[in-house]
Amino acid sequence: MAQTESYEISLTVNDRPLSTRIAAETTLLDFLREQGFIEVKRGCDKGDCGACTVIMDGKAILSCITLALQADGAKIYTVKSLGTWERMHPLQQAFVDYEALQCGFCTPGMLLAAKALLDSNPRPTREQIREAISGNLCRCTGYQKIVDAVEAVAKGAYR
Amino acid sequence: MSTDYAIIGKRLAGLDEKDKVLGNIVFADDFILPGMLHAKVFRATKASARLKRLDVSKARALAGVACVLTAEDVPHNESVKNVVGQTTEVGLLEAKHQVLVRERVRYWGEPVALVAAETPKIAMAALKLIEVEYEDLPAVFDPLEALKPSAPKIHGNNNVIASWKLRKGDVAKGFAEADVIVENTYRTPRQEHAHIEPESGVAWVDDTGVVTVRYAAQVIEHYRDIATVLGLPESRVRVIGTLIGGGFGGKEDVTVEVFLALLAWKTGRPVKLTYTREEMGYGRHKRHPYILKYKTGAKKDGTLVALEAEVVSDAGAYVYLSPWVLIYSTVHSTGPYLIPNVKVDARSVLTNNIMSSAFRGFGGMQMVVAYEAQMDELAARLGMDPLELRKKNFLKTGDVTASYQEITSQVRLEECARRALEALGEKSPGSARKKVGRGFACCWQSYGRMTYLHDTSSCWVNLEMDGSAVVRTGIPDLGGGQRESIRAVVAEVLGLKLDEVHVISTDSQVTPLSGTVTATRALYMSGNAAKLAAESVRQIIVEKAAELLGVRQEVLSLRDKTVYSREDPGKKLPLAEVIKQCLSQGKVPQSLNTFKAPFTEPITSDVIKDPVFPDFTFGAQAAEVEVDTETGEVKVLKWATAYDVGKAINLNRVEGQMEGGAAQGLGFGLMEDYLESDGLPLTWNLHDYLIPTSKDVPDIKCIVIQSESGKGPYGAKGIGEPSISAAGPAVASAISDAIGVRITHLPITPERVFFALSRSPAASSNPGLPGGKPRRSAP
Repeated sequence: MAQTESYEISLTVNDRPLSTRIAAETTLLDFLREQGFIEVKRGCDKGDCGACTVIMDGKAILSCITLALQADGAKIYTVKSLGTWERMHPLQQAFVDYEALQCGFCTPGMLLAAKALLDSNPRPTREQIREAISGNLCRCTGYQKIVDAVEAVAKGAYR
Repeated sequence: MSTDYAIIGKRLAGLDEKDKVLGNIVFADDFILPGMLHAKVFRATKASARLKRLDVSKARALAGVACVLTAEDVPHNESVKNVVGQTTEVGLLEAKHQVLVRERVRYWGEPVALVAAETPKIAMAALKLIEVEYEDLPAVFDPLEALKPSAPKIHGNNNVIASWKLRKGDVAKGFAEADVIVENTYRTPRQEHAHIEPESGVAWVDDTGVVTVRYAAQVIEHYRDIATVLGLPESRVRVIGTLIGGGFGGKEDVTVEVFLALLAWKTGRPVKLTYTREEMGYGRHKRHPYILKYKTGAKKDGTLVALEAEVVSDAGAYVYLSPWVLIYSTVHSTGPYLIPNVKVDARSVLTNNIMSSAFRGFGGMQMVVAYEAQMDELAARLGMDPLELRKKNFLKTGDVTASYQEITSQVRLEECARRALEALGEKSPGSARKKVGRGFACCWQSYGRMTYLHDTSSCWVNLEMDGSAVVRTGIPDLGGGQRESIRAVVAEVLGLKLDEVHVISTDSQVTPLSGTVTATRALYMSGNAAKLAAESVRQIIVEKAAELLGVRQEVLSLRDKTVYSREDPGKKLPLAEVIKQCLSQGKVPQSLNTFKAPFTEPITSDVIKDPVFPDFTFGAQAAEVEVDTETGEVKVLKWATAYDVGKAINLNRVEGQMEGGAAQGLGFGLMEDYLESDGLPLTWNLHDYLIPTSKDVPDIKCIVIQSESGKGPYGAKGIGEPSISAAGPAVASAISDAIGVRITHLPITPERVFFALSRSPAASSNPGLPGGKPRRSAP
């Protein structure tokens, strides 16, 4: 196998600083999962399904089609940054209350796509919610309860 | 009458849901073990060929490769299963499978060799070093071609691998009495499950020599298949099922587990295998495409008098569950209607396409496309309201179906259809270019496995000394919240809170076998088993408490970890105290119970003459669409789905099933088709194979009807599969209403709409459409 170049990168994931040497072709998804952030899911590895969504410097991005090198110096947040069992993030609480999930495999990415939307547009319409999560495929729910849950948070039901 | 339940029927959040939003679930691919190898599958790139040469020596020699296995290395590479109830008419009575190709490749993507290496990259590099030469063999891809005597044979000497029939009354006499007869041929697509989690697992040999596979399994009983392939006693193979990231039948047949077990057993090291998205396309079965030739006759007043149908399903290259899927098709082929004269001939035929097998709806849902379009056509021809026509013919409780099964539960079809249509509200305005139309479809779908399979489900419940409960159930959770439903049932019976019940699930050597999470049986079977076990434990407690309190057992209730008398609430004992008293006398508050489905005799004839299913779920869906007559694009504006679920264990989850089924069925109706060109797969990625996004699915109105007449716990019926069945046909009906042309080939893509419009008489008067014939025929 051809040897590839390697680079040193430094970034934070859920505010935890990480510095490590990586092969140039390493995707951010591979990097995060190898570092133990298994809450970031691999659904297609092609940028099609959205399961690998993380927040990078405030934007929801697909970690499977982002190189780890591109995340050098970045602040990355996964779903585990949102809340805990005792103190869930409003979106997490709403997803549970509305049953805005079934198998839960798309859920980490879906929550982060919704969070990125609300961070930039706190009062989205249902159409805007549907647009913002349209890159995150869910095969279980038909999206109804996801849109309902995000809308409930946007309307202030979880403040 | 409605009983006052503490938990059942409410919108209560389960514990698994919390772990899911927190990112805590360790899905199959998330699991690692020290020293774990990574596996890849080498697959054939021919649809029909003889394997002339296979050389894995260079791959084996690559540094970091631990193991390369071919068919020669598999102890029992071939298996044969008998197909029940088939006569010699069908010829091939056995379903042959091979783990790895030994000699003959029958579909593009068939597994040829397995590699395990130190890293996924090395495993990929090893695949490229495998040398293979093929000799092309004749192939057949069209199921109708495959039926011809001259067609190449995929296995044995006959491509027909199953044949089932319905025979009731005299169809010739029936059609002679008919005032109107409608004849059409319908085609349905090869749908891909497209669950978001790929097939995945990790296998290891544990410190007692047990081959253990932790994977996303809808059927943990596959430990038996693993044992057969390895030549081990079944007691030496263990399956630990994970919470599944979506299945829909895609994780029902064997996927990664046999490969994993072989590699772990050969190397003595833990091994992980996760399919790529491409591999999910060409490496795993799909929904059967069907060709449905229907002839339906009715009298002037709308009474159905006869149905004659010929049904052909494309089984693909291996038998898998095709004969059983076809039984579902045959039984459900009449629709939920009482028809005096019925003649149905259904066949499943082998081709060199990707194999077909289980997918939500399991052969029952394709039939809805035909029987509901026929009802719409009959209504149009008779000038009747389509719901009025259906109302005249709906099955009723006590009626006997054309497969000679009496309907024992309630049939609320009229209510379902009416309420779904009402829920659409006011009709949206259209325009000259964009036509708005509405349609609906009714359906029936069985729940529970076929009764001659003698299905059972077991569950164990135990009360701890503090009154909390531990449950052991083998049922897998494929994402629908099956585990949470068990928790809810046990909590309800024992008067506990949800977080006071811990459910250990899905481990073939730890949890009592509860059967598969398939056939819409999980709640019906494992829910009943959990209820039986919890009630047995409750009885132990009540007997002891009655003795201690000096009251009759019948007046005692359990709530908030207290046993109290409803007649005299002052008479009560802490649950922990009763448990202590039980234990001190050797009476352990635990119980293992088995629920048995109704048993019937094995089918002995290919004419179905006896009951096949425990019961049916009935429902309807309605849709409003806008069709762009210039581009053929269809936009779904409104949707409503209404089912009698018997009893909702958790309203949120029932609605979730209904909404998810609607969306998956909308995909089946409008956009999903796994395309192959002479066996070569064309749509293995999610940018080629499109499934509905949040922008394709409208808001869904969900109407949950609860007759409490089902055979599940608290009168529940099953909803997992029924929820998809009416969706595609409803959208097809709405499109037909919008454009005045019926499109009989699903999915109804913009191309099909466009060509259908340009062929229709209306097209010539529409300046937006090219006149005359299309340049090529509609696909």
